[in-house]
Amino acid sequence: MTLDAKIPEGPLSEKWSKHKFNLKLVNPANKRKYDIIVVGTGLAGASAAASLAELGYNVKVFCFQDSPRRAHSIAAQGGINAAKNYQNDGDSIYRLFYDTVKGGDYRAREANVHRLAEVSVNIIDQCVAQGVPFAREYGGLLSNRSFGGAQVSRTFYARGQTGQQLLLGAYSALSRQVATGKVKLYTRTEMLDLVLVDGKARGIVTRNMVTGAIESHSAHAVLLCTGGYGNVFFLSTNAMGSNVTATWRAHKKGAYFGNPCFTQIHPTCIPVSGAHQSKLTLMSESLRNDGRVWVPREKEDAEKIRKGTLKANDLSEEKRYYFLEERYPSFGNLVPRDVASRNAKLVCDDQLGVNSEGQAVYLDFRDAIKRDGEDTIRAKYGNLFDMYQQITDENPYKVPMKIYPAVHYTMGGLWVDYNLMTTVPGCYALGEANFSDHGANRLGASALMQGLADGYFVIPYTIGDYLANMPATKVDASHPEFKKAEEEVKQRINTLLSINGQKTVDEYHKELGKIMWDYCGMARNEKGLQFAKQRIAEIKAEFWKNVKVTGNNEEFNQSLEKALRVADFIELGALMVEDALQRKESCGGHFREEYQTEDGEAQRDDNNFAHVAAWEYKGDDQPEVLHQEKLVFENVKLTQRSYK
Amino acid sequence: MKLTLKIWRQKNSQDKGKMVEYKLNDVSADMSFLEMLDVLNEELTLKGEDPVAFDHDCREGICGMCSLYINGKPHGPKQTTTCQLHMRSFNDGDTIYIEPWRAKAFPVVKDLAVDRGAFDRIIQAGGYISVNTGVTVDANEIPIAKEIADKAFDAATCIGCGACVAACKNASAMLFVSAKVSQFTLLPQGKAERKRRVEAMVEQMDEEGFGACTNTGACAAECPKEISLENIARLNREYLFAKLTSNNV
Ligand SMILES: Cc1cc2nc3c(=O)[nH]c(=O)nc-3n(C[C@H](O)[C@H](O)[C@H](O)COP(=O)(O)OP(=O)(O)OC[C@H]3O[C@@H](n4cnc5c(N)ncnc54)[C@H](O)[C@@H]3O)c2cc1C
Ligand code: SF4
Ligand code: FES
Repeated sequence: MTLDAKIPEGPLSEKWSKHKFNLKLVNPANKRKYDIIVVGTGLAGASAAASLAELGYNVKVFCFQDSPRRAHSIAAQGGINAAKNYQNDGDSIYRLFYDTVKGGDYRAREANVHRLAEVSVNIIDQCVAQGVPFAREYGGLLSNRSFGGAQVSRTFYARGQTGQQLLLGAYSALSRQVATGKVKLYTRTEMLDLVLVDGKARGIVTRNMVTGAIESHSAHAVLLCTGGYGNVFFLSTNAMGSNVTATWRAHKKGAYFGNPCFTQIHPTCIPVSGAHQSKLTLMSESLRNDGRVWVPREKEDAEKIRKGTLKANDLSEEKRYYFLEERYPSFGNLVPRDVASRNAKLVCDDQLGVNSEGQAVYLDFRDAIKRDGEDTIRAKYGNLFDMYQQITDENPYKVPMKIYPAVHYTMGGLWVDYNLMTTVPGCYALGEANFSDHGANRLGASALMQGLADGYFVIPYTIGDYLANMPATKVDASHPEFKKAEEEVKQRINTLLSINGQKTVDEYHKELGKIMWDYCGMARNEKGLQFAKQRIAEIKAEFWKNVKVTGNNEEFNQSLEKALRVADFIELGALMVEDALQRKESCGGHFREEYQTEDGEAQRDDNNFAHVAAWEYKGDDQPEVLHQEKLVFENVKLTQRSYK
Repeated sequence: MKLTLKIWRQKNSQDKGKMVEYKLNDVSADMSFLEMLDVLNEELTLKGEDPVAFDHDCREGICGMCSLYINGKPHGPKQTTTCQLHMRSFNDGDTIYIEPWRAKAFPVVKDLAVDRGAFDRIIQAGGYISVNTGVTVDANEIPIAKEIADKAFDAATCIGCGACVAACKNASAMLFVSAKVSQFTLLPQGKAERKRRVEAMVEQMDEEGFGACTNTGACAAECPKEISLENIARLNREYLFAKLTSNNV
């Protein structure tokens, strides 16, 4: 099968409008004959489900939390980008498009990114109409801040809780449709397989997490809005339940997986404090607007700080190494995430780290507080500072924060065409679950934008084109394909429950995570990746012989839930390593040590790697097959990314 | 530090349930409360016993999923969520009692996990502004005074955890409902539906079996997001106003 991205013809800025015009429509009276399954209630899922129900489709929505409002999107802090140019600082749709393509290190599709920038402005209008309380100026108009990788202020925010407010907006729209009966809601229900009938996605198999019931749901199309897979690293900023199962199962049913090795390591997270650590906490990137990143210039000083004999505040100005400001004078502390993270790693590798493990750098607000006053800083970041203090027991108004990079976001995901359809007809992927718009590195405040763009403004159009070509006849959930998938799921569960080995699911998860972090994290090389490949194969074999899962299926069983997820993470980990091995270049978050410029920046190879790597599953004991979608750049010139 | 834990164990909603005692010997002060329970669960699993079920997801104090009643207080001794509570708030040798939220409207699912679907149904009854996707004006055409926007934001930060209900001797959901009503009452976008909204949400709240509000303020004292009692006063005014000027005109 050749990959067809279905990018519309014509000039960049007209592609989306023309495409919308050319798409077939389902007439209003017919919409009620079509059923759509939406898995996930984050920004992508909730916005899609609400919008599709408003149009008249019958929607079934699923999430594994006890309420749709708790999807992981709720945790996003910093903000959402939109090319409104409300600050009159030279922003435009084209500039947002350009920044995103460049920020992604030229590994995203131009047409998708331009569409994203176009609809970004509608998102803000939509959210305000729903009552999302964005930050405002005294004059009553909306306020903006700037984020990494951009030189304009285009980020809209709601204190440090932007994701929460946007998600509650989408959740309220969804709730309104639940009340009308157009949406049927299934909480505490986990999708465990995708079902194809005659080559088309026609439904899913789920497990009721309270009773253990394995059930089938049929529909005319399935939307996977199930978020990212950062938890393959065990420690990440993702919510504990975030997982890859839905997309991985779709992958095994024929959906190609795009750029799995593209992960984002966020520079500003609270460092690891001990072996008990269950997750990492992000300190929003917006802090880099006012905080200055530094380490001691001399190893001796760093050593004293690590031992506790020297305090950060006692170190004089010339003994501080503001490494981002010095190395990147024009962007300074606001360089993109991949650059900031890698530099933090480098200074810590040079033994300049400042916590007891030597794995932390300072983020210092001393100068900002001196300049603007503590109240101003409190108004901007109060809740983040509180959170920091609660976790670390240190007061960031008085002593600099300590931060270290952590896994945060996955640019990779299911490959989708311009219509957001995967390689399985009728199966779509939206939000972080797809690979689409961020290339090899996502800019801050662009994931919220993409999730809502996909859900509110893209899928409601593109799905019509697919459904209009399809008879409204339903497939019954008792169809043999559903029964077969149910049996497979039951068998997987029974196997896990009957192994009764010696190690817990968490032990395997931590082992896998450490391998991924050490060899497929911030820096990668051939030798390390080969080692990881072998270790993951061993972990997989051992897991299926020696894992201990307690209890039974017919109950609320969190041990079983985790086991099902970790089993899929192990397989995904192997594919990520494979993808990282094959991409013999450095770009964005994918830093191959063998490929760097003289001053240590990522060295792309546009001749050989300006493509999307899309992997096809061929069977459990077969190697996956690599397909390439060539990326064509007609509007931006590929240059060495420079933030100097 | 060493701890004695007394934890509510209940197999499912039908089971009667009871307190069971566990000992933990090696708890570090830097652990979060939930990480402490992770350690217990790892030990139980290795012994082949059923780990303790509890709800959690973000572990950042924002999703509202975690929900433990610790030593007689929802979310424990500090005014934060359970996931943001750290073991440094406890002492070596302490005995800690851990129970689920207790309210008729929040039935226990298993052990410490409860069903808070009632909150979703209250929002479905009216906790929204009726606007379809794409049918909007430019965002800056609705200027909103900063003070008003900030107040609406304060109300909107409710995470739907249910601690207010667990704290209240009547298991009233007034603080939760009033936070949503306030957010939309304060904003110009929400004004059009204000009467219908408050009536519908209060009616659903009663239907779900939450108790009456007797203004003791236990809810606000325990709310991890510091949702203020002012919101309840506003809800009462809105409700009265809606009833007095009924027919929704
Ligand atoms: C701490 C943090 C801060 C962030 N801050 C920002 C920010 O400031 N700006 C920004 O732009 N981005 C930010 N991001 C990234 C952004 O929040 C996410 O990329 C985005 O919210 C993902 O939304 P989503 O709708 O794709 O998925 P999610 O919100 O992750 O939702 C996934 C949904 O799928 C459901 N689900 C998953 N698997 C299954 C299954 N098998 N069965 C049933 N249901 C399932 C879940 O229940 C959930 O409802 C941040 C991320 C983190 C971790
Ligand atoms: S009002 Fe406070 S305690 Fe009640 S649900 Fe909201 S955040 Fe939780
Ligand atoms: S786990 Fe999300 S608020 Fe505690």
